[in-house]
Amino acid sequence: MNKIVSKEFFSDKVVKLVIEAPLIAKARKAGHFVIVRVDDKGERVPLTIAGADIEKGTITLVVQTVGKSTVKLGNLNPGDYIADVVGPLGQATHIDKVGTVVCCGGGVGVAPLLPIVQAMKAAGNRVISVLAARSKDLIILEDEIRASSDEVIIMTDDGSYGTKGLVTEGVEQIIKREKVDQCVAIGPAVMMKFVSKLTAQYNIPTVVSLNAIMVDGTGMCGACRVTVGGKLRFVCIDGPEFDAHQVDFDELMMRLRSYKEVE
Amino acid sequence: MNMEDITARRNEPWRDELRKSMPAKDRTNIARVVMPELDPAYRITCNEEVNQGLTEEQALLEAKRCLDCPEPLCMTGCPVGINIPTFIKHIEKGEFLQAASTLKETSALPAVCGRVCPQEKQCESQCFYLKKLKKQPVAIGYLERFAADYSREHGTGEVPACAPANGIKIAVVGSGPCGLSFAGDMVKYGYDVTVFEALHEIGGVLKYGIPEFRLPNKFVDVEIDTLRKMGVTFVTDCIVGKTITYDDLHEMGFKGVFVASGAGLPRFMNIPGENLIGIMSCNEYLTRVNLMGAARQDWDTPVLSGKNVAVIGGGNTAMDSVRTARRLGAERAMIIYRRSEEEMPARKEEVEHAKAEGVEFMTLHNPIEYLGDETGKVTTMRLQRMELGEPDESGRRSPVEIEGAIEDVPVDTVIVAVGVSPNPLIPNTIKELEISRRGTIVVNEETMQSCLPDLYAGGDIVRGGATVILAMGDGRRAAAAMHEQLSK
Repeated sequence: MNKIVSKEFFSDKVVKLVIEAPLIAKARKAGHFVIVRVDDKGERVPLTIAGADIEKGTITLVVQTVGKSTVKLGNLNPGDYIADVVGPLGQATHIDKVGTVVCCGGGVGVAPLLPIVQAMKAAGNRVISVLAARSKDLIILEDEIRASSDEVIIMTDDGSYGTKGLVTEGVEQIIKREKVDQCVAIGPAVMMKFVSKLTAQYNIPTVVSLNAIMVDGTGMCGACRVTVGGKLRFVCIDGPEFDAHQVDFDELMMRLRSYKEVE
Repeated sequence: MNMEDITARRNEPWRDELRKSMPAKDRTNIARVVMPELDPAYRITCNEEVNQGLTEEQALLEAKRCLDCPEPLCMTGCPVGINIPTFIKHIEKGEFLQAASTLKETSALPAVCGRVCPQEKQCESQCFYLKKLKKQPVAIGYLERFAADYSREHGTGEVPACAPANGIKIAVVGSGPCGLSFAGDMVKYGYDVTVFEALHEIGGVLKYGIPEFRLPNKFVDVEIDTLRKMGVTFVTDCIVGKTITYDDLHEMGFKGVFVASGAGLPRFMNIPGENLIGIMSCNEYLTRVNLMGAARQDWDTPVLSGKNVAVIGGGNTAMDSVRTARRLGAERAMIIYRRSEEEMPARKEEVEHAKAEGVEFMTLHNPIEYLGDETGKVTTMRLQRMELGEPDESGRRSPVEIEGAIEDVPVDTVIVAVGVSPNPLIPNTIKELEISRRGTIVVNEETMQSCLPDLYAGGDIVRGGATVILAMGDGRRAAAAMHEQLSK
């Protein structure tokens, strides 16, 4: 049982939860995720860790309340308990000093991006962050991202904030302007697919963090399988981060629809 | 258990009297009991346990068949060394609780073993009846289940005696049959045992893998509760190697670590279309249904289970999957196996149960491709017909393709049950461990000790894929060896 310490709505459907999980707080690194089961009859859902406080023994999750379980999670309040939180799972992000790193986050993908931005900056990289969303109210964690970035570019679909346009336009603008050594993209699969296509044209090494359907999250079920470089990989233990240019995004997007009709 | 011990117990006056109470010839003339089971037409409508268990009368009669051999060969076939004649003779005498106590001396999970052990390949395969009389063996498994069930229903809830606590902390990684068996023995030796489980439930494959209709979870829970009462501590949602490390365990004061983290990665066949929607591993399918309650009302986890379900493989997990599919409403549930039925590794009982439940067996067929619709859902399975050729390394006749013999079968769900690879979590996180090419932890086969002196391992993480009882045997051997080392 893990207690919810605080809760804050970033928007209608995006909620930030701070949860007591001292062992996970201590063990987690950028890129890790947890599996959450809201109650005794709940699903096991993978959620990327957006931050942690070792002293307080808490981890931060940012959740988009779109499915049955995430809606349930969003309905919980400080003081309530979550049945199970287990982790940290997956491989941590490989952080190196490479030069200039472009970190782009789409929608709620900015949350798992934040610890990577912080770690990339701490490693001595020049970090340029591109945050993208449909509209202004869906841009999250901007201040936190700014604190660890040399520059932040905001892109919105409707032009209500920053520049009107897609995330790829923001990224391309940087690539055309200066040498980019690495790109990290986290967001909806379709967004990562197009960022990946773009950086492939410029031969920029790119890492994406994949979200996939999981049951156990420890390598047992195989629900999260993806094709990377023509090979079978499991997001839960081989990932969640992969070389973007090797990922079969179309298959990933298809597999994410597995339970659409059932839901 | 040594021979002296076996003989001493056999020579107790009550055993002697019992043997003399009925001539051996009369005993051997009794026909082997038939397990009462639910009617197939009814059982596929529900999840109730198929095997109903022996009645007292049946158990008393079956126990008479056992000749109480001076050198009980059956015991050589039991990986956990149950004193089989002693427990059966207690049943014959009507002392059902003592029979259960005998089981519990060496097995932490008698109600489980009595249900899922392949006795026909273990104890019963060594029975005097089979070996010398060419008759059906004593139904040791049925009797084991009878005694365990009787003690659960009628017992005092008394737990096996433990040696005085020695205060030495032992960590167990994984709460499946291997870990539980190890924990049971170590707590009896007096150790302070903590079992760490990655999932939210204790029991490992007994909970997520084996279906209710073969092993009801409530019986597993009773055995776990017994261990708890004996003093074993269970921690769920804790992944050793991730949540806490091997070094953390040392800091926490653990003097010995037993890794029984089980079978991990499901194997796929790497054929075209295998990632289409509706194709999943048996682990995923069974976990969704058994652990996550996918077929139960009010539970959130969904499962894809269609009208035309194909299960690829011929092992027990394949049978469990296909029988589950029937229960979830499959009109056509098929086993696709590339060899013939004779080579199938599944228990005969499971195969027979599956057939009675209307499962179609497409042996000598192998999938080579899956085709889907425009949304990515699987619609068709392309099968290659096979024939048997020469025996391979496993001694089984190997399947050979019949050129041009290809057929398409409509499917909406495919469950791939072609085996698993060991769970990579521990091997990946303890760098000093010696790992085999197959990904298993390398141990001394007698002591189960790894190259790290305080780390022992057993079950599927060492074997790569085996049975509940072999895993339990590993747990017992590891416990004995670790106890010996720590007692030095």
